[in-house]
Amino acid sequence: MKKKNLFYAFCKKHGVVFALLALILAAALLFPEFASYGNVTNILNQNSMIGIISLGMTFVILTGGIDLSVGSLAALSSVLAAVLSPKGSLAIMILVPLAVCTAMGLLSGLIIAKLQIAPFIATLGMMMAARGIALVMTDGGVSVSVDTGVAETFRLFARSYLLRVPAPVWLFVLLLVTGLYIARRTRSGRYVYAVGGNEEAARMMGLQPEKIKIAVYTVNGLLAGLAGLILASRLGAGQPVTCDGWEMTAIAATAIGGTLLSGGRGGLGGTAIGVFIIGVISNMINLQGSLSSWWQSIITGLLLLFVVMLQSHARANGTGSTEIAG
Amino acid sequence: MEAMYLLEMRQIDKQFPGVHALDHVNFRVRAGEIHALMGENGAGKSTLMKILTGLYRKDTGEIILDGQQVSFNSPLEAQRAGISTIYQEINLIPYLSIAENIHLGREPMNRTGIDWKQVNQRAERILREMGVEADVTQPLCSYGTAVQQMVAIARAISVQAKLIVMDEPTSSLDEKEVEILFRQMRKLREKGIAIIFISHRLDEVFEICDTVTILKDGKLVSESPAAELSKLELVSRMIGRDATDVLRRKNGVYQGTGGVPVLEAHGITDKEKLRGVSLRIRQGEIVGLAGLLGAGRTELAKVIFGDNPDYTGTLAVNGQEVRWKAPRDAIAKGFAYCSEDRKAEGIFPHMSVRENMTMAILPRIARRGLVNVGRQKDIVDRYIKSLSIKTPGQEQLIRNLSGGNQQKVLLARWLCMEPRLIILDEPTRGIDIGAKAEIEALIQDIAGQGISVLLISSELEELVRNCHRVIVIRDGKNIGELESDMLSEGNIMRTIAQDILQEGGACI
Repeated sequence: MKKKNLFYAFCKKHGVVFALLALILAAALLFPEFASYGNVTNILNQNSMIGIISLGMTFVILTGGIDLSVGSLAALSSVLAAVLSPKGSLAIMILVPLAVCTAMGLLSGLIIAKLQIAPFIATLGMMMAARGIALVMTDGGVSVSVDTGVAETFRLFARSYLLRVPAPVWLFVLLLVTGLYIARRTRSGRYVYAVGGNEEAARMMGLQPEKIKIAVYTVNGLLAGLAGLILASRLGAGQPVTCDGWEMTAIAATAIGGTLLSGGRGGLGGTAIGVFIIGVISNMINLQGSLSSWWQSIITGLLLLFVVMLQSHARANGTGSTEIAG
Repeated sequence: MEAMYLLEMRQIDKQFPGVHALDHVNFRVRAGEIHALMGENGAGKSTLMKILTGLYRKDTGEIILDGQQVSFNSPLEAQRAGISTIYQEINLIPYLSIAENIHLGREPMNRTGIDWKQVNQRAERILREMGVEADVTQPLCSYGTAVQQMVAIARAISVQAKLIVMDEPTSSLDEKEVEILFRQMRKLREKGIAIIFISHRLDEVFEICDTVTILKDGKLVSESPAAELSKLELVSRMIGRDATDVLRRKNGVYQGTGGVPVLEAHGITDKEKLRGVSLRIRQGEIVGLAGLLGAGRTELAKVIFGDNPDYTGTLAVNGQEVRWKAPRDAIAKGFAYCSEDRKAEGIFPHMSVRENMTMAILPRIARRGLVNVGRQKDIVDRYIKSLSIKTPGQEQLIRNLSGGNQQKVLLARWLCMEPRLIILDEPTRGIDIGAKAEIEALIQDIAGQGISVLLISSELEELVRNCHRVIVIRDGKNIGELESDMLSEGNIMRTIAQDILQEGGACI
């Protein structure tokens, strides 16, 4: 009985890992070029930005919230970096976009925690506002190139390599490890779970749910800004209309990774796997060549529905046996 | 003498807009005693406890804990001072481990962060001392209610509480689990920890408590040792009426046909409160359901109306056995239910009187999905007149109506369905005296038309005035049935406190 339970728990806990491994195996068998250095680096590189955003999104969703603004914030961040590039200072190009995105995340958090506005609405507003600012700054959607004076140095941000692995991938790994540490070993991290699990109980235990909520949206803003900078560095330009739907991909990755959308259960490890499941599917469709890229949406969507149905099934059977002895 | 008391709340006064929630209440608890705080709904128990634990501010009065004057602004401050609360709804985090739930907010730390080894070891030790066997690393939600309740207590112990407030901790436990809880409570008492115990189950109060304080309408009624109090005295003090001084008033005798009962329920048992209740209602009969809060009255109504398919026992309508899956099955057989909580389960506040009244009947007055507005308006018009609902018009938003008129709209919603049986759960709660009389007159009318009524009310007077027959339940079981000459407030109270009479009739 106990063994069977453990096996079941193991599968349930690590199901997404097996799913990713199966996908990778299938891809490697079907497409010889899949396992090449170029392709693998490409997958990692492309998904590091979504990955970074998904880490922040996971914390937000763990509190029981949602953040729709991150795609727009990333676009705004890339535009800001490009627009500020003629000043010739890398520090300004990096710090100002990060500060602006962090501030907007903080604002979302304050609106949600202090004014008790539903996260969906608060961040929907922020999403539209950030996109609007990016469009206004670029005369209605024209891409702005990074000034040639700093372009070369700024490019290094996304294009330098360590041990043949691109810098954004290292950044993602570093943030993932930091995030895992915060989630598992710090009080703030545990309080994120507590708030999402039962906010009222958390308050009764003397925790401060408002502070936790403000913090997760602020961090999410910062991470969105960072993803936008990586994009600007890769493209050598700021594009106000990019990153469309990134927030949805991040939410999907989080859900596929096993985090409950109602909050309280899940984690960053699963999310990282979820990001790469979506990434590998998309890569397979590219390699296949004849399928339209829209198939990626269809497959990811179906996968997402499947996972969420599994979750609600698991929840319905959630409570187990009661063992008590006098 | 003062040092005898661990906690003294003196002259606590609290006003809410329109309500004097607490009127200079004195409440004192000794160390190492289990102290019951009793009173019907709205007596002020929870307000008093919320002031103690820092959720509400008192207007005037003082709180003395361990000889020190204190005033808490948050549950956290109260907790730090040694006051822990265990709520009826278990207030823990379902997906976190048992160990983490015990320590949340006070995790032992080491240089690399939270010291999980110590968290788990400490939790294990506390639970082992309590005699609870559970894997502390498992999520709380993988265990049942009883273990979760024990974890809540473990949390209280681990913060070194001197005083634990238990707000209806037994309401979701079964008998065996209650025993386990009581064993823990006795152990805590031996350690000198004081417990304030709130429960609506009288038997429990007499089993476990040393002292009983009774509140009514925000005022202190009495404080006395449990051993010197009889059940009947307790009930009459809670309800606020001298048990001997209750006169029987007008009461119509049921004159309908014998025939097959409209509804017969037998041995209804659910997962929580009901433990085999039976009842029978004939055509045009008004049957009352009496019992203290938590006796299972509303739960029974929900089973009868199909709102809780998870029951055992049988239901028969006009002699034919039925098995409900959802309220719509009961509605199809001509049942109607006006719920106790008007705001949460009854009205659609942002919709008009017309829409509110015809919500349930829409399928009948619509063709191919289109509502016949003419018929709809006729119906609404008829009921506004016949129930004399005071509203400027059909299109008025229902939230702008007084409580009594909202209640009438809800009644009309069900009456226009021409039901066979209507369940009224506290139909006069929160409405003024005039409207009350009108609603009561309506109930008589309804029955006169041959509709059967199941009336649930905490006001015994109301039951006595309106019902042909009253069924008394306690702790989810039938304990008596009163009709015609026997039906009086005094007899209802005596029935609720029955055991003591059987034991020798020494009281009053």
